[in-house]
Amino acid sequence: MAQISNMMLLLPEIILLGFACLILVVDTFSTDPDHRITYVLSQLALVITISLVFYLHTGATALAFGDVFISDPMSSALKAMIALYGLVLFLYSFEYLTKQGWVKGEYFVLGLFAILGTMVLVSAYSMITVYLGLELLSLSLYAMVAMNRDSASASEAAMKYFVLGALASGMLLYGISILYGITGTFQLNELNQQILQHSEQTGLLVFAMVFIIVGIAFKLGAVPFHMWVPDVYQGAPTAVTMFVGSIPKIAAFAMAMRLLVNGLEPLMTNWQTILIILAVLSMGIGNITAIAQSNIKRLLAYSTIAHIGFLLLGIIAGSQQGYAASMFYVITYALMSMGAFGVVILLSRKDFESDLLEDLKGLSDRNPWFAFIMLILMFSLAGVPPFVGFWAKWFVLKELVASGFIWVAAAAVFFAIIGAFYYLRIIKLMYFDKADETPALEATAQMQVVLSLNGIALLIIGLSPGLLMALCLSSLL
Amino acid sequence: MIVLSDVLILAAILFCISVAGIFINRKNVIILLMCIELMLLAVNMNFIAFSHFLQDINGQVFVFFILTVAAAESAIGLAILVVLFRNRETINVQDLNSMKG
Amino acid sequence: MADNMESIYIAIVLSPLVASIIAGLFGKAIGRSGAHWVTIIGVGISSILSLIAYKHIIFDGGDIFNGAVYQWLISGGISLEVGFLVDRLTVTMMVVVSFVSWMIHIYTIGYMHDDPGYQRFFSYISLFTFSMLMLVMSNNFMQLFFGWEAVGLVSYLLIGFWYKRESAIFANLKAFLVNRVGDFGFILGIAAILMAFNTLDYWEVFNRAPVQGDVTISLFQGYEWSLMTVICISLFIGAMGKSAQFPLHVWLPDSMEGPTPISALIHAATMVTAGIFMVARMSPLFELSETALNFILIIGAITAFFMGLLGLVQNDIKRVIAYSTLSQLGYMTVALGASAYAAAIFHLVTHAFFKALLFLAAGAVIIVLHHEQDIRKMGGLYKYMPITWLTCLIGALALIGFPGFSGFFSKDAIIEAVHLSTLPAADFAYYAVMTGVVITALYTFRLFFLVFHGKERMDKETWSHLHEAPAVIWVPLSVLAVPSFIIGFFLVGPMLFSEYFADAIYVAPAHNVLAEMGQEYHGIFGFIHHAFKQPPVYLAFVGLFLAWLFYIRLPDLPKKIAGLLQPLYFVLVKKYGMDEFNQIVFAGGVRRIGNFLWDIGDVKFIDGLFVNGSALSVQWFSGVVRKLQSGYLYHYAFAMIFALLLLIFFFVHN
Repeated sequence: MAQISNMMLLLPEIILLGFACLILVVDTFSTDPDHRITYVLSQLALVITISLVFYLHTGATALAFGDVFISDPMSSALKAMIALYGLVLFLYSFEYLTKQGWVKGEYFVLGLFAILGTMVLVSAYSMITVYLGLELLSLSLYAMVAMNRDSASASEAAMKYFVLGALASGMLLYGISILYGITGTFQLNELNQQILQHSEQTGLLVFAMVFIIVGIAFKLGAVPFHMWVPDVYQGAPTAVTMFVGSIPKIAAFAMAMRLLVNGLEPLMTNWQTILIILAVLSMGIGNITAIAQSNIKRLLAYSTIAHIGFLLLGIIAGSQQGYAASMFYVITYALMSMGAFGVVILLSRKDFESDLLEDLKGLSDRNPWFAFIMLILMFSLAGVPPFVGFWAKWFVLKELVASGFIWVAAAAVFFAIIGAFYYLRIIKLMYFDKADETPALEATAQMQVVLSLNGIALLIIGLSPGLLMALCLSSLL
Repeated sequence: MIVLSDVLILAAILFCISVAGIFINRKNVIILLMCIELMLLAVNMNFIAFSHFLQDINGQVFVFFILTVAAAESAIGLAILVVLFRNRETINVQDLNSMKG
Repeated sequence: MADNMESIYIAIVLSPLVASIIAGLFGKAIGRSGAHWVTIIGVGISSILSLIAYKHIIFDGGDIFNGAVYQWLISGGISLEVGFLVDRLTVTMMVVVSFVSWMIHIYTIGYMHDDPGYQRFFSYISLFTFSMLMLVMSNNFMQLFFGWEAVGLVSYLLIGFWYKRESAIFANLKAFLVNRVGDFGFILGIAAILMAFNTLDYWEVFNRAPVQGDVTISLFQGYEWSLMTVICISLFIGAMGKSAQFPLHVWLPDSMEGPTPISALIHAATMVTAGIFMVARMSPLFELSETALNFILIIGAITAFFMGLLGLVQNDIKRVIAYSTLSQLGYMTVALGASAYAAAIFHLVTHAFFKALLFLAAGAVIIVLHHEQDIRKMGGLYKYMPITWLTCLIGALALIGFPGFSGFFSKDAIIEAVHLSTLPAADFAYYAVMTGVVITALYTFRLFFLVFHGKERMDKETWSHLHEAPAVIWVPLSVLAVPSFIIGFFLVGPMLFSEYFADAIYVAPAHNVLAEMGQEYHGIFGFIHHAFKQPPVYLAFVGLFLAWLFYIRLPDLPKKIAGLLQPLYFVLVKKYGMDEFNQIVFAGGVRRIGNFLWDIGDVKFIDGLFVNGSALSVQWFSGVVRKLQSGYLYHYAFAMIFALLLLIFFFVHN
């Protein structure tokens, strides 16, 4: 049974929840049209959460709350990353919302709830917590996508996201119910042992597992469960797209780790094969379709799909090093994705989203420094050495080859090569084409500083990827 | 005497109906929301049946969580529906294709 | 001294990089002259320090440097690092790269004078110099690959330098894809090395390679391949992409769309030779696989012969030189295949100088004629541009291997080496390179005569403005002309027949054709004397004579003689008939084969089917896949459900 002292492990989540509720109330009574107080309090909440995560971090594994909650090195590392990225995201978002002139307190409150959902998901050790974390995250995101009430495309995107998301979680639940029927437990560790004892029912277990994989694949946005990704990325306000494209990916990675590795490890050979199919399809469809796009947000959506394929490769490798490589991938990918959307936000103006590829034309003439930051981001996404995206791919492929999936690795390299093309096209637009109009960039100093830091951080991680990789390895061993 | 398989088959049929409803229906978004609700209820049926036959209370606890989440989910679904209608003056599923490709 | 040298090596690499960053990021602030000064000084430092390093290693017998200067990370026992291997091969390449690059920087001031992208251009060529130096100085495969990709990237940037068109996306995709095919092989080769040796360090791999000589692996069930053959052929496919060997050569002629200094620096003198350098560097590996060597011989021979033919039918001055580059790269590849690595590097060095010279001379002509590139609209320029004429003549003579010029020594050595090689493919290669000599002389002097001699065919407006090129253009020309002429004298003995490369290049005793040649080597004049007993020299003369006949002598003759005596007229008509006959049967026949190959082989088949075909099919496929994303919610839901059913169908069974 849970002991009171173990409740300490939940402290970051509890504090965050308290803050979220408090901010909701404060925002309702605040008369400030800029909602600055909401913004500041939200950032404060995240800072406190990060500190608590660090403070409680022991490197040991402990269970809490009737054993449905786990605190282990992976959860601490991912939570710290999520809260840190939340800080950056809010900063970018506040800039965007101020520019567009519709700052809403709900954005930050829902954002905090979504972050809380990811944190619960990251620490989930029972099907119930997995489901609750997932839904807390998803429901917040549905609402965030629809937040700009006057945008037809945003509401269309929200509707698609909502219906498909509900369908996916229905399938996930169906899978969970079958697993429960066979094993009689929701606990991931018990599930693991029960599966070994019910090996005569492998067919039924795999049947349930397929449903669960659908749930994970939807959250990740892997082909063929990716259809929502481009529409949501394009339709949602850029600040929300940025949110959808970063933190939930980390959560989805954690969800895959908890369910497939902690819970369904005995079925590894089965899920490996399924994930290979999903991964190869994702890399193929993502990279190929991205070539034909003219909208940056949509292009980045397809690029996300392709990256998710790569991310899955580390899990497919099925070794601790492979999982660490995937973790490295998702952490660095989220940072790159935030930076890329940060540049889109930087270029946007009131009533002008600046989300077409054409809007990047001649950026090097308009602002060489941010063109350079975008160059780093694109090289990194394309996986050009020595940028960090290269290392992410390299680690994943290395582990994949070490586990013997040579042909999958070859396919991955092939698609990565095709994929490099559209990133380089963006660079070409920035550096070779003349801008049609050259309005000055409107950006606050802090936006400029954070975006620069974002790019430089990628450069530094690219130059010494060993540190982050060591962190990933140590949180999984 | 109701056996486990009876309930499971019923739940499976309900699940299939709801899933089919999501992609066969091309008219009204509200029907989609109903299908989603039905899908969750089908799953609940599974949980309750297993819980009963396994003599394990956890399954029923899960059902309460699902019901709560389903309520929140329909609230958000309906809210999105309102916003959608406000912007497009239609809730026809066939008309929702301004973004594609 | 050793520490000292290490900092010199670092400075050699970093000074162009720093210059490039300054010119690139702060181009507006430092202005046009600031940009060219900073990059010229940066690359100048590199060249001078390279010369010091050259003296240190070659003349003073200094220690070879092999070590890491920066460790990136250690991953699974494999150390990824930035390190330099500076030995005799490396310093030779360093001097060539930095020196040619330096000259081109200076020349660019004149050539790009009016271009709005002036600073950007200087930034790129400095960045290129940095990348190329990283490539040649690398001591591990990781860094080699980095340099390899970086030079490729700069090359794309520069090919697209003047593109402002909508078709740019497609054209870039083409150059990009061809190189990706090569890189794919290259990556596979490196991956295979990593798998077999578990290290990326050159020396460790080379030391352990002989043990792996007989190891076989099975790529497909039931087929055993020698590991070394797989590695070498994969690596060589990479070289084929970068060094534009058949059938991956199609991007090089198109790359002539870029500014001329780039054609000279990247697409003639340095980057395209990266593949040649790489194979020479990997000689300890290639020596273990005769299959790979035969493969290289055949590819090289095909490139050397057929690409030369294509040069005959081009009318764009830069394209003629581009095809000649392809053909000369073929010669180098043939030398590699015959295990005459030293001869390949020797030809690489001489070619770098004389081809850069030819390109810059072509650029001078183009500038003076206001960006006219069609040789049919030139002629008689020797009167107006004497310096360009003289330097171009030196370059041309070097290219055809006229006795005494630098190209003569290197090309003759290659032909002789192939002759002595005992590999099965050597006979074919021998005849290919031999015939190639005639063709080389023919197209080179066709170009030379049409541009500088004969009737002045340009329009009045241009004609009235003809003048010698400005000093920033003719000075680099003259400076390059000197090594183009004399460098052969100095290098032939040491580089081919003594311990010049020492341990940097390894040749198995059974393949050592150069040692065999060395036994009969008695000084430079002995070499020249010996050459006169061999066919290549005479073949070059034949080619030169034919060019003279077709493009200088005969076009004028009929008219003059028509006005003379009637009895002789018949003879003249007959002679004119001979001319026609020559034109049709020899020149024409060769032309038609060339045209045919260019039209069918190059344009339709390789260009159309492989390159444009794959580019098109990716775009087409992209359009089709897009349609799947119909925008309808129920299609999306259906896709999910259908996928779920498929997964259940295929994976669930008891």
